[in-house]
Parts: sequence; structure tokens; C-alpha cells
Amino acid sequence: MRELFEIFWSFLKIGAFTFGGGYAMIPLIQHEVINNRSWLSKEEFIELLTIAQAAPGPIALNTAVFVGYKHRGYWGAVSAVLGVVIPSFTIILFVAIFFASMRDNRWVDAAFKGMRPAVVALIVAPIVGLAKGLHWTLIAVAAATALLVWYFGFSPIWVLIAGAIGGALWVAKRGEEGQQ
Amino acid sequence: MIGVLLQLFVSYLKIGFFGFGGGYAMLSLIHSEVVVRNAWLTNGEFSDIVAISQMTPGPIAINSATYIGYEVAGVCGSVVATVAVCLPALTIMMLITRFFLRLQHNRYVQGVVMGMRPVVVGMIASAALLLIFPHSAEGRSFIDGWSWVIFLVTLLASARKVNPILLIVLSGIAGVVIYGL
Repeated sequence: MRELFEIFWSFLKIGAFTFGGGYAMIPLIQHEVINNRSWLSKEEFIELLTIAQAAPGPIALNTAVFVGYKHRGYWGAVSAVLGVVIPSFTIILFVAIFFASMRDNRWVDAAFKGMRPAVVALIVAPIVGLAKGLHWTLIAVAAATALLVWYFGFSPIWVLIAGAIGGALWVAKRGEEGQQ
Repeated sequence: MIGVLLQLFVSYLKIGFFGFGGGYAMLSLIHSEVVVRNAWLTNGEFSDIVAISQMTPGPIAINSATYIGYEVAGVCGSVVATVAVCLPALTIMMLITRFFLRLQHNRYVQGVVMGMRPVVVGMIASAALLLIFPHSAEGRSFIDGWSWVIFLVTLLASARKVNPILLIVLSGIAGVVIYGL
């Protein structure tokens, strides 16, 4: 029980201080989970990063499940998830309750008019870096995805499934050629 | 009420289950469920939530679940949506923790991961395109020349690794100066 609470408390701290998404929290997790608690070894931590990025869902959440589950099984995972979710849940609920009555305030409205294009810029910024490492055929796939979802209104889910199947087929085909 | 809660649950279960590639890639999925399919928010309200998520702690998927759940169905809605978005990660990660280490060198698993990578990049691009060139004029992100100035300055600063929270705060101040005074 005490250990479950320790897991909960560690991830509560991580959840409360991770601004700006998954990658920003990696140093914090590393500090808490390896240096403070020694729940994971360095090798396990690198393994964790590989898995947390390959699996669906927010990286913060995936990390919490991995550490909690490795350390204390099912209930460890649940404690870690509760810890990581509770700070953002509480803060956002608070914001949602009060934001509605503030949204039409002249100053708030002006501030959000300024923030909206900045948000778009923050979304655009990582695209170039991500696309750089890709072969031109894969960049074509990325462009086709963007067009299908944005212009033709396809659900990203179908494109994602198509990409997964395409990748598996490509590997299968290459395997056959390799055997000939 | 039960119908709305069920719809919230299903939508956020989907977002959690197909949310590959981290926060920005999930935006296109969240947009598709929340703005396109269910019309719970306009485009503009959607970018407001992204801005709020940047300034508050926690992953955007969870932040948007709590916020939109509340908007659509009160506190009950925010609990339902938040639980739904966590469930896939909870179950899938426990399975993966047990089995992935044996599977990660399997070439089909590698193929699937590789095939999804360009799609994830395209999903991030589509989220940006949907906000720059929305299908309806309601709640646009770009309203005049100043919007483009803020966009370009933020883009350049972000490429130079300036902290995103700082950029959001500064753009908010710029908004107050440009549109409020």
C-alpha cells in the first residue's frame, strides 16, 4: 500500500510539472524514476522510451503505465495513471468552469486572437524536422495523408490503418524478393 | 444525456486507441472527432483549447478530454471522456510491457511502425492545414495581417527552440496590444 502511494505521489509530481507535452517531461521522469526512486535501470529507461513512443496514447500516460506495472503490477499501473492524470484533470476542469464566463471579456478575447496563430505555428514547427529524415516516397505518403484528412475529410484512423498495412506488406514483399 | 456520454466515451476511446505519434499528431484525430464528426466545438474554440493545453500541465489528449467533456456534458462528461482516453493506454501498455520486447525485432512489427511514421507526419500537417484553411469561416485562427505576423514570428522563434509556453504567453500579450487597446 505504501509503495502504491509512492508511485502515485511520484507521478502526481510528474503530471503537475510537465508543461508542453511528452518530450518535455522526459528529463523529469528520468530524475524521479531513476535517480530518486531507482525503480528502473538506465537500460530499462531507454527500453521504456522506445515503447512509449511506438504505442498509441500520450507518452506521459504510457510511461506511467510502464513504470507502475513493472514495479507493482496492475495496481501499480493504475496508481501511476491516477497520479499523472489528476493534476491536469483538476486544472482543466477549473479552467473549463471559469473560462466560459470569461471568454467574452474584451481582453481575454483579444489575447486569444493573438494566441490562435501562434498555436498553429507551434504545430507547423516540428513538421520540417520530422520530414527531413524521410525518403521522398514517404514524404509523398505524408503529403497524401495531409491532403486526405484536410481536404477530403477522411478520418485519420483509416489513413493510419492503411499506413500500417502498407508497411507490413512492403516488408513481406521485400522478404520474398530476398529469398529468391 | 446517456447518449451524449456514450458518444463522448466512444470518441475518446478512439482518440486514445489510435493516438500514435504523440500530442501534435493526436490533434488531427481529436479535431476529426470533436469538430468534424460531432461538431462539439468550432475551429476557433479548438485552437483555444490547444493554447490552454500548452499553458497548463499534462498531455493535450487528456486536457482536451477533460475540457470538451465538461463543455458537452458537465463534470460527468469530463470524467467519462478522461477515463475513456486513458483506458487504451492502460491496457495496451501493460500488454506491450509483457510482449513487445520479444516482438520489437519481428520484421512485420517493424514494418507496421515504419508504415505509420509518414502518416503521423501527415496527420500533424493536416491539423495545421485545418486551422489555417478551415472549411467554414466560423472561428477562424487567421483574421488579418497581424495573425500572419504572429504566425511567422512564432514559427521562427520555435525553430530556434524558444520555450513554447513563453511563445503562447507573448502572443497573448501581442493580441491584447493589437486587438484590445
